[in-house]
Amino acid sequence: MPLPYSEIVMEHFRNPQNVGQIEDADAEATEGSPACGDMVAVYLKVDEETKEIQDIKFESYGCASNIATGSIITDLAKGKTLDEAKQITWQEASEALGGLPSIKTHCSVLAVDALRAAIQNYEERHGLVTEREPTTVKLVRKRLKRVMNPMVGLDLIRTDLVEEIDVSDGVVTVDISLPEDHQFASNIRHEILEKLEHRWDVEDVVINFVGGEG
Amino acid sequence: MFEDVIYLDNAAATRLDERVLEAMEPYFFDLYAVATSQFGYSVGIDARDALEDARTRIAARLGAEPDEFIFTSGSAESTNLALKGVARAVGKKGGHIVVSSVEDFPVLHSARTLQKQGFEVTKVGVDETGRIDLDRLADIVTPETTIVSVQSANQEIGTLQDLEAIGAICRENGVLFHTDATQSFTRVPLDVRELPVDLVTVAAHTIHGPKGIGGLYIRDGTPIQKWMDGGFQEFNLRPGVENIPGAVGFAKAVELVTPEETARLKNLRDRLIDRLLAISHTRLNGHPEHRLPQNANISFRFVEGESLLLHLDMRGFAVSTGSACFSRSLEASHVILAIGGDHERAHGSVRFTFGRFNTEEDVDAVSEAVADVVKELRRISPLGKDRS
Repeated sequence: MPLPYSEIVMEHFRNPQNVGQIEDADAEATEGSPACGDMVAVYLKVDEETKEIQDIKFESYGCASNIATGSIITDLAKGKTLDEAKQITWQEASEALGGLPSIKTHCSVLAVDALRAAIQNYEERHGLVTEREPTTVKLVRKRLKRVMNPMVGLDLIRTDLVEEIDVSDGVVTVDISLPEDHQFASNIRHEILEKLEHRWDVEDVVINFVGGEG
Repeated sequence: MFEDVIYLDNAAATRLDERVLEAMEPYFFDLYAVATSQFGYSVGIDARDALEDARTRIAARLGAEPDEFIFTSGSAESTNLALKGVARAVGKKGGHIVVSSVEDFPVLHSARTLQKQGFEVTKVGVDETGRIDLDRLADIVTPETTIVSVQSANQEIGTLQDLEAIGAICRENGVLFHTDATQSFTRVPLDVRELPVDLVTVAAHTIHGPKGIGGLYIRDGTPIQKWMDGGFQEFNLRPGVENIPGAVGFAKAVELVTPEETARLKNLRDRLIDRLLAISHTRLNGHPEHRLPQNANISFRFVEGESLLLHLDMRGFAVSTGSACFSRSLEASHVILAIGGDHERAHGSVRFTFGRFNTEEDVDAVSEAVADVVKELRRISPLGKDRS
């Protein structure tokens, strides 16, 4: 079968390792969006003492290279400490897979991003972040730039979906100009929460869907 | 090896019918001479007769006169000649071209090229079933419009356009009308004696004929200028040594398509649509009734088309998807986006197109495989987990 993918990629695509969610995960992160055609979620279970990744699982909505990278990167990260796992690069994942087509770089980088974001999520949840930058409107905007608008494949900020951001007394309020019953409302809510709620100085995140048009 | 494949991408290419090959064969080995004038040597005259016979038969299927039909290398060339040839003949100082937003690339990109040369191009949108907005078309087309190009059937979602109504709008304004009938030719009747259309693109590769041969119907009196220089072949509109085996094969392919066969494909299509819509979170793309008898296009939510396609390929099925990941350009299907679908719907869309060699067993096997693969991909997908 003349496919652009290596045998190892196809093996991981056929039988992806570490698929699923972790109940009571210690950390999680989602990168990408349905609009880009690729989305990866990573879940971590971490030993509090040793900071070793005891269990790691991923979910993928994406093409073969996205699924295969999710599979290999979770294999590579399992058993490593958070600091070691942070160092895993896309090149390493690609090499372990016997190479990926260059046109598919974006789809596969996403899995690496998701792993790093999940580790960051753990550090924020457990107060391991050394630089305690206060949560400001500016920082919230920066974080929201990593949440995709599922309709077009660009982030929420660039597509003007964020109507209002407010930060006061540890409460972050974000107004999104989409209707509450929009098909992607729950995905967007989940991703925003994940990116903000575990910050050291955030007590609560309120997300309002204020838009009328679907 | 290919025999084991259940091929459901007949909109892209079809298996050659053996009877077509048989009809073509003499023109490779015995009657291989170039078509000469009636004053040439006799094998050349025989070759010419074969070419003219093929032309007459294909033209007849369109209700056209033989001298209203020229052979080309396929539908891309036919459409280029239709749009650019008319533009050159009519609108030397620029003009106005109207196309639908769901056309295939030969129409869209010819229009884009003409736009760069000074033509004004208007794209008319479609409704959620893929049918063109006729009110908008009536507003846009004026007597100053050079040409309107709207396809007969969509290449992805199979929606049939109301050619009568579109043609009527063109006639009221005295504007030329081209339709790309690559997907519908012979499967959906089109008679130029009844339909107000001036140019029709057709091809052999979608009806079990050879690749590399197509044609263009040009209504008598239509202003059109050749744009490739060479000899005087094809009524001085398309230079080059004629593809006589191709033309003969095309004519045979046309003859072999019967209404009975098309009805059989329609049954296969409906059987497949029924089976696939039984899977949760699916929808049919395109029009439920006004659609190509051989086309089914379904979007599966929460799964991405390239992965679906690869899994089906590993199980021996050939299908197509509108997902960006699959396309060479990494762009999601412009057709699904035009009918108001979002990117997720495009990424999860799969096109199944039937041909002569498909059977009911194929339908049953592919629906089972699709249900299985969709279930597996949804299991690993982060999307739609709150679904019941």
